[in-house]
Amino acid sequence: MESNKLMNKIQDLGALIALIALVLVISIISPQFRTIDNFLSLVRQSSINGFIAFGMTCVILTGGIDLSVGSTLALSTAFCASFIKGGMPVGIAMILALLIGVGCGLVSGTLVTKGRLQPFIATLITMTVYRGITMIFMDGKPISGLGSSFLLKFVGKGSLFGIPFPVILFVLVFLLFFFVLQKTVFGRRVYATGSNAESAKLSGVNINKTKLITYAISGGMAALSGLILLSRLASAQPTLGNGYELDAIASVALGGTSMNGGRGRIWGTFVGVLIIAVLNNGLNIMGVSSYYQSVVKGIVILIAVLSDRKR
Amino acid sequence: MNIKMSGINKAFGGNPVLRDAGFELSDGEIHALMGENGAGKSTLMKILTGVYTKDAGEIYVDGQEVCYKNPQEAEKAGIVFIHQELNVLFDMTVEENMFLGKEITKKFGVCDKQAMRAEVKKILDTLGVNISPAASMDTLSIGQQQMIEIAKALMVDAKVIIMDEPTAALTQKETEVLFGVVRSLKEKGVSIVYISHRMEEIFELCDRITILRDGQYIGTREISKTDMTEVVKMMIGREIGERYPERDVKIGDIAFEVKDLNCPGVFSDISFQVRAGEVLGVAGLMGAGRTEIMQSIFGNMPNVTGQIFVEGKEVHNKNPEQAMKNGIGFITEDRKTEGLMLEESIMKNIAITNLGRISSNGVLNKKSEMDMVKAGIEELHIKCTGPDHYCNKLSGGNQQKVVFAKWIFTDPKVLILDEPTRGVDIGAKKEIYSIINNLAAQGVAIIMVSSELPEVLGMSDRIMVITEGKIGGFIDRQDANQENVMILATGGQNDGK
Repeated sequence: MESNKLMNKIQDLGALIALIALVLVISIISPQFRTIDNFLSLVRQSSINGFIAFGMTCVILTGGIDLSVGSTLALSTAFCASFIKGGMPVGIAMILALLIGVGCGLVSGTLVTKGRLQPFIATLITMTVYRGITMIFMDGKPISGLGSSFLLKFVGKGSLFGIPFPVILFVLVFLLFFFVLQKTVFGRRVYATGSNAESAKLSGVNINKTKLITYAISGGMAALSGLILLSRLASAQPTLGNGYELDAIASVALGGTSMNGGRGRIWGTFVGVLIIAVLNNGLNIMGVSSYYQSVVKGIVILIAVLSDRKR
Repeated sequence: MNIKMSGINKAFGGNPVLRDAGFELSDGEIHALMGENGAGKSTLMKILTGVYTKDAGEIYVDGQEVCYKNPQEAEKAGIVFIHQELNVLFDMTVEENMFLGKEITKKFGVCDKQAMRAEVKKILDTLGVNISPAASMDTLSIGQQQMIEIAKALMVDAKVIIMDEPTAALTQKETEVLFGVVRSLKEKGVSIVYISHRMEEIFELCDRITILRDGQYIGTREISKTDMTEVVKMMIGREIGERYPERDVKIGDIAFEVKDLNCPGVFSDISFQVRAGEVLGVAGLMGAGRTEIMQSIFGNMPNVTGQIFVEGKEVHNKNPEQAMKNGIGFITEDRKTEGLMLEESIMKNIAITNLGRISSNGVLNKKSEMDMVKAGIEELHIKCTGPDHYCNKLSGGNQQKVVFAKWIFTDPKVLILDEPTRGVDIGAKKEIYSIINNLAAQGVAIIMVSSELPEVLGMSDRIMVITEGKIGGFIDRQDANQENVMILATGGQNDGK
């Protein structure tokens, strides 16, 4: 029994062990990889996927999925950029962008709960429509020339005490999600909804409300991610965020969250996000072509998910 | 076909489940296999049919030593096991389910639907059930699905049929049909192993009974030469006393009332009252609408009209969340799919109905959660290693106690119990009856739906009988017996006989 528990512990930490192993191996191979600067920039890059993946974790824990995050990101940044270009104070434009993201999530969530569409289909629909609206709104062209507001630059490029702001925000948001999922009534409801929706409903959990909120969170996090990108690129692109849902879902899966819902850990997603980032960054530094990178990434996810299935 | 099993040992992960267990079956007999949950009945039969391999012991079939490697081999030899958990593909039709893996085909593997439908119809007719071969499985009641499982066994021309709790989900009428079928099989020389917790059925149906306890063979008796007291004593190793514990409760004011509850096509004109401390038994045939009425009260059915009053105040239960806030608790008929999150701990399961109680401003208080769960485990005598014990690793009786614990802490004014002791062994049943009595003593109004008539008769202060979506009538405890309840349940006619 004792050795069983130990094995479970090791499997619980499997993703973390894999991350450490990856970092060690790439560090040995590549001197450029093992610098503090590179690590900071790696984590900064990963935060963009990270915010989305945290929101995605909540949705997946309820037994759903959100394919619309990439399009939501594009839509909210497009509006934000045009607000800023139109002369709106940057802070207000950013808050509006976050609200647009939340709104996008609410629409997906309503299709799932009230519309009783399968989450995959519902968010496939919103993914397509949001991308279309973005294209129409921008007329297919980027929006740039956003001025030189301090806030706009700081969000993506600024640092506090030498640590990039996105990295700080990434850690703070992680702690917030950890707290909400582990310590609050809402978190317990998220897990219960995914574990057995019927039982949760008959135990007085409003499962529709719970699901709706997770989609709203997911939309809001996609928009937050978009703000970091907007700041870094100093422009909004209509194709921004294309395919981001896949990296986010991969991170969640790497972290050991069950795609059926009810089972999973936010710190697992945190580690999953870092694994994806280390792979992207490390393989780039080592000069591996992007074609091979995709294959390597796929294989790493396969191994992670297979080793997770044993328990 | 006769079977002799002796000295069977089996352990799972170092945990002995069978120790020197044995069993004998003669030609054309109905042989009951009894024992509390965990006594090893199902395991012994799974070893016979090759689902598990034995660690030690011998199995003889017609004098020849055998050791089936898998259920298919056993089936070929003529031994079929009908499991308690129905093995059903819900999206497929009756005919597709019955012929799964042995479809009748024409040339090039094209299914011969007509031949299969005719065959299905023939078998269902011998069973005396009226189900269309083209019906989708998910439109059938649990009772009907069970019939299909039995029909499947008949299809392979079995010589020995093992039935694990076949009547757990059947109505009285379906049970009688099943008994008729079992008896006619016996006349044809088929032997039946009948695993059940229902004493009355065993004494009505079976020829002999073998009892297991803690994985050991205890004894075999002729049914005609034993009685229930002896059987229970053999099963639990001691006298259990009265099956339905005494309840000394002062019944109070009307705590709950339903007026003119209607749901088109399901039930109509449902009006009744329950007093504080009263147990209202709800009897009726399966499909009469009992569960649906209870689900409606709990806000889990669409298109329901009517009024509901809790302690004289009208309440509107649009969903279970509101029903709960209005002081209603609901223990569903299926603890595995509706009552529990099986893959979660006892703690998370008890907590989910009581999140308000163990949190402030939406943040959980681990200590009050732990205190509550520990109190629940202690009060209800839930046998487990602790609050982190996973519910799927508990016995049926203990799972059901967890469900009770979920609701006890919500301090319900009204508690609805839908089949509270289904699939639970005798010892645990008695404990659950005591829990119900304690709740009644605390002034909770209790509505208990049950398909086990002895339980309804033994536990209720009053009995409400539902027939075809309407109230057939009420019977007071002192006037109630099996006959007058059944007459009301079947609409006043003595049908089926």
